[in-house]
Amino acid sequence: MPKIQRISGRGVPIPGHDIDTDRIIPARFLKTITFEGLGEGLFYDERFDAEGNPKPHPLNDPRFRGARIMVVGPGFGSGSSREHAPQAIKRAGFDAIIGVSFAEIFFGNATQIGLVCVRAESDQVARLMEAIERTPETLIEIDLAQMTVGYAGEGFPIQLPPAVREAFLRGKYDPLEVLLEAEAAIEAMDKARPKPGGQNVY
Amino acid sequence: MGKTLYEKVWEAHTVRELPDGRTQLFIDLHLIHEVTSPQAFAMLKERGLKVRFPDRTFATVDHIVPTEDQREPFGDPLAQTMLSALRENVREHGITFFDLGSGRQGIVHVVGPEQGLTQPGFTIACGDSHTSTHGAFGAIAFGIGTTQVRDVLATQTVAVNKLKVRRINVHGRLQPGVYAKDVILHIIRRLGVKGGLGYAYEYGGEVIERMDMESRMTIANMSIEGGARVGYMNPDETTFEYLKGRPFAPRGEDWARAVTTWRSLASDPDASYDDVVDIQGEEIPPTVTWGVHPGQSAPIDGAVPDPIEFPEPERAAIEDALRYMKLKPGQPIKGVKVDVAFIGSCTNARLSDLREVAKYLKGHKVAPGVRALVVPGSQQVAKAAEEEGIAEVFIEAGFEWRSAGCSMCLAMNPDRLEGDELAISSSNRNYKGRQGSPQGRTVLASPIMVAAAAVAGEIADAREVFGIGGQHA
Repeated sequence: MPKIQRISGRGVPIPGHDIDTDRIIPARFLKTITFEGLGEGLFYDERFDAEGNPKPHPLNDPRFRGARIMVVGPGFGSGSSREHAPQAIKRAGFDAIIGVSFAEIFFGNATQIGLVCVRAESDQVARLMEAIERTPETLIEIDLAQMTVGYAGEGFPIQLPPAVREAFLRGKYDPLEVLLEAEAAIEAMDKARPKPGGQNVY
Repeated sequence: MGKTLYEKVWEAHTVRELPDGRTQLFIDLHLIHEVTSPQAFAMLKERGLKVRFPDRTFATVDHIVPTEDQREPFGDPLAQTMLSALRENVREHGITFFDLGSGRQGIVHVVGPEQGLTQPGFTIACGDSHTSTHGAFGAIAFGIGTTQVRDVLATQTVAVNKLKVRRINVHGRLQPGVYAKDVILHIIRRLGVKGGLGYAYEYGGEVIERMDMESRMTIANMSIEGGARVGYMNPDETTFEYLKGRPFAPRGEDWARAVTTWRSLASDPDASYDDVVDIQGEEIPPTVTWGVHPGQSAPIDGAVPDPIEFPEPERAAIEDALRYMKLKPGQPIKGVKVDVAFIGSCTNARLSDLREVAKYLKGHKVAPGVRALVVPGSQQVAKAAEEEGIAEVFIEAGFEWRSAGCSMCLAMNPDRLEGDELAISSSNRNYKGRQGSPQGRTVLASPIMVAAAAVAGEIADAREVFGIGGQHA
């Protein structure tokens, strides 16, 4: 796991409130036993009509091609717990999302796979959206050490729970290795805790 | 100072604080299904790890199963691949699986409680956001992503942050024709779909205390639609009564000890909460949604809002929703034509839901042109409903009686909307495209309101259609 301190790249604005994970990746794309190729399904029903012809959508706009940072509104990632949503975003080439607020399960899923989701004040996010809409080649830099976003001579502070920031900076956002270290304590807790269908457990 | 159930259960399951500040939390019960587990098993294999405690892991298949023709191989080869992958994974790791032939298969959040797997004081995780359902038993239950499913399979623990606790009191009584579904839609309307971010919801008050377990599950189920990853009720006699004698519930001398333990877990009377919300039960109307998220709802005798009366950015959100739903500003909710009526899902497909509808549906017919289906939450629910004559009532009324599964709630199976069909649905999400057609429209409501709309051919007040509480059309 690489350490994540600085992410820089171009952005794409995805405006809207409470964009749910069904919109990010429609359920039919979940009929798979791998995460491979999920990037193709990202916002599919908003990007394409029933015949597969592209509709006007920022992700279809050639001006934003190559963007690595998504800029979104409040309540992003609500609904279904499908990790397929952050997987699709990551596999479509994004490293970070700048938003106003994120649904909790989505945020946790994104964090574990190293997709950085940072929060900022809504007027700051709106200004950033306008700036990239105006000048798509604007370079955005997210700095987790300074907890700032900078672009075109402007900047604003960002928020991230301290534990998550720490996990990115130390390159420990995938917690499995750390969880495995507690084997003895886990073993003890399993013995102490009731089990469904177990006998003499209470 | 007393403690909340959330704090007590959290402390009892804390393995340790992690270096980054998160908590390593032990999971008593891990439920898995075919959609969010295959990649987790693959990651496990890649690392050469095994399922750490197969006796704390239980599987069922629900999202992709066809509810009409379950002969294998399924018509959809992708669905068949997912079921086959799950079979292979549970066999390899020695996990109990409620497969299609088991007589115990069903929607994971119906099966867990029904089998007595869900118990007070448990931590429960599942790769499914509606895991909050199990909170109805005084469990701390939450949805996780696939990488976390891997973590729980490998270590029986997960790295999580502690939530704040908001107590939601529902005082007084509900009016006739008002059900648990209306209560939770009302709560979400009042607190918003982001209102629960950072919180666990603790539901209490006389209305909740009087409710049976299945109604409590309906409410806990949709905590996530209000933004709360966890929602729970304190365990009480109703909880114990429900669990007693279930296949995986404690038995013999264990039972009495279990009940003593469970009682002690309820929030203390002097527990402090991060927030308290009071709602009067009498003021909750039968509620239906008009928009594209579960917070966009109105009383059945109300109207679709007029965006002009709202400031930005709400105005734009309402305009967008009305455009998608093809509704006019200020139009009454009643009278909107429905194409499909769906009773099912982990929110509202338990025996008491079906029983309550059947009580009123008898002698009525589904309106011409309406496709109506009932999908029981589990094989056990289906069997009980068939034995009680409930299935017959639905069939005689013109509903299709299906086999257990998630069905049209999310359309990962053949049950889905076509074109811009409008469905009145007892499920939990009215997101754009949720029910399988990118233009499909969903109106969320209680099962009785779904039945009323099926009969009327349009959104209608069940109290009038069925004469509930002395009201007649």
